[in-house]
Amino acid sequence: MTTTIASQAAPPPPADMPRRKRKEDRAPREGGLASLLLSPTFVVLLLVILYPLLSALYQSLFAAESGLDADGFVVEGESFVGLGNYLDIFAGAESGRFYNALWNTTFFTFVTVGLETVIGVAFAVAMNRAFRGRAFLRAAILIPWAIPTAVSGLLWRWIFQSNGIANDLLNTQILWTAEGFAAQAAVIIAEIWKTAPFIGLLVLAGMQLIPEEVYEAAKLDGANAWKQFVSITLPLVRPALLVAVLFRLLDALRMFDLPFVLIGPRKTSVETLSILAWDESNQLQYGAASAFAIILLVYVAVIAFVFIRVLGADVIGDADARAEKKAARAQKKAARAEKESAR
Amino acid sequence: MMQRRRDRRIAVGLALTAAAAITLTACSGSGSGAGTPAAEAELEGRGPIQYVSSPDASGAAQATIDAWNAEHPDEQVTWVELPLDADQQRQQMVQNAQVEGDAYSVLNLDVVWTSEFAANRWITALPEDALPVDELVPATVEAASYRDTLYGAPYYTDGALLYSRTDLLTAAGITEAPTTWAEMQEDCTAVLALPEAAGMSCYAGQFDKNEGLTVNFSEAVASAGGSLFDADGNPTVDTPEAKTALEFLVEGFESGMIPRDAITFQEEQGRQAFQEGKLVFLRNWPYIYKSLSATDGSSSVAGKFGVSAIPGEDGPGVSTLGGRNIAISSFAENKATALEFIAFFTNREQEEARLALSSRAPVFPEFFEDAAVTANYPYLPTLLTSLENAQPRPKVVAYGATTAAIQDEIYAALTGDKTPNAALTELQTKLTDITNG
Repeated sequence: MTTTIASQAAPPPPADMPRRKRKEDRAPREGGLASLLLSPTFVVLLLVILYPLLSALYQSLFAAESGLDADGFVVEGESFVGLGNYLDIFAGAESGRFYNALWNTTFFTFVTVGLETVIGVAFAVAMNRAFRGRAFLRAAILIPWAIPTAVSGLLWRWIFQSNGIANDLLNTQILWTAEGFAAQAAVIIAEIWKTAPFIGLLVLAGMQLIPEEVYEAAKLDGANAWKQFVSITLPLVRPALLVAVLFRLLDALRMFDLPFVLIGPRKTSVETLSILAWDESNQLQYGAASAFAIILLVYVAVIAFVFIRVLGADVIGDADARAEKKAARAQKKAARAEKESAR
Repeated sequence: MMQRRRDRRIAVGLALTAAAAITLTACSGSGSGAGTPAAEAELEGRGPIQYVSSPDASGAAQATIDAWNAEHPDEQVTWVELPLDADQQRQQMVQNAQVEGDAYSVLNLDVVWTSEFAANRWITALPEDALPVDELVPATVEAASYRDTLYGAPYYTDGALLYSRTDLLTAAGITEAPTTWAEMQEDCTAVLALPEAAGMSCYAGQFDKNEGLTVNFSEAVASAGGSLFDADGNPTVDTPEAKTALEFLVEGFESGMIPRDAITFQEEQGRQAFQEGKLVFLRNWPYIYKSLSATDGSSSVAGKFGVSAIPGEDGPGVSTLGGRNIAISSFAENKATALEFIAFFTNREQEEARLALSSRAPVFPEFFEDAAVTANYPYLPTLLTSLENAQPRPKVVAYGATTAAIQDEIYAALTGDKTPNAALTELQTKLTDITNG
């Protein structure tokens, strides 16, 4: 990542140099030892990630037998249906429910993450100022994030019920917990309340790493607050911000408990893909539930991939870039010190 | 170099998504229900057993278990406590059954789960002479049976009551609680004309999209002389009776007899509204009686309300049966002990002892008219009337799918998304699909 200011301060050296050097430093044996030490981790990862994943994939190819025998007992067993569960989901009689849930999931994700980002950054800017009670504000802002989602769902349900605080304050009679746009708005408000602090804190952490001198220099150059924010703060907190947004994206795509508790299951206007998967498994249709879970997994993976490729091309590489810059700076310093001592 | 960096990026991205996926796939489980069906073998084996149930704040069930344990040192009962939420209880019991686990011996089942558990052979049929079935409220025995075989012991029962503001009815010159929908409407018109009834609404039940809606709809259909399923288990919701029932509710919302916000009411919101004096009539379960009659100032209707059987189309309505049954898991060890325990748990003495501790309605009719008991629970005689012609909710194996279909269609009709006719036609199709597998 390069920014005008940063590059003025320290022109980046040829990118390849430090990395190659590090590689040469490392003894070949060290790599073997590293993999040996990491192998338990990989085994655990295989067990807890790969196995459930493959198992769900396998399960999604089966459907439970339905129907009763002459004595009224359920015919047991499962039959292999291949991609039948997926076909049903995409083109079956109930596919409307799936597309609706897909739309809801996408809608909630982009609206909430978008608003959260804006509000979270605003929080961070506010908290980054020095003022009395700053520590208190920082602790207070974490509270929504610390409350379990199901509990905050109940809390907001109470606020949004027909004779609740929301209607009292607005002096209206909106039925937030019924169907429709009001229900979606309720979910969005509660979700933002809960997660904007998360973005705020991550961005704040990023802001605290920005050296004060950079701002002072900008002030001398006559940059106003907005200019400083756009040209210094935003570019420099970008890595932290992108990680925060990525985390929130992944989280929001799996949204389950908030609409479930706040509005209720099977409410069309707030039904998400996770709720659909839950609903199917609750009806003992494990095949269909697995298929929903796999579809959601693929969807999450696609969004994450696109995000990393397009927006956050530096999310991972940035750590390297910063290390390179640091190394370059150290090198320069050393060179200067050498020059001085030579003099 | 670029290549390597990109690989790392992809690897991290994959790890992130995979982490996201764990929680998802975890819920899909591996539900291969294969395995040998539990035979209706003799109930054999003696020794320690587990009683699996929701928490019981009253301590009444624990008292019964303590009494049993004191008498049976070699056949101790341990309580396995499940979450309060009924869906989660069901899920845990189903999971235990699917892995054929013997950790659960005696199950405390909601009456609507009985058919599903019996049809999947997750619970064992009870011998005919295990319980004094002739002495119990008939509807509770019916609700504990599947295809005329008894699968559970009725534990406690529940039925609908109509709560009415007797003070306002008296002020309007009405002495009797309404027994038909038309009477209820007339009474409302008279009461709402009173100055002291300003700002009140007439009637509410449970109309939010959850189990309460299924209960209220099936009650309305039964109260109009229909039923959701016929004796052979075929759906019968596309009938004039069901249409009358649904139109009663839809027109109730349209005319304002049912307040607009009642579409968000579950049991508690309705209780709150009635307790705050916003409703003339409320359909609810007996459990709210206690908080309505609280004299600590929390209830503005204490001493001003009465209970009666719910009204119907041409006379008293038909309540839906609630409550719980106690059944034996097919995969349990020590079934002989389990059978003896459920007989003990639900016998007359224990039901009587529990009545002192909990307000749950007993399954022996004589308690409903016992003077000592009704002094504490004055609604019991009315509840018995309500239970005498109560009907269990649809006795279908795929109860989850059934109640979901009912909620979808009826809610759409109540919110005006569908006409009653369209909703019922579609519901008939869906229920036919579900029952035919």
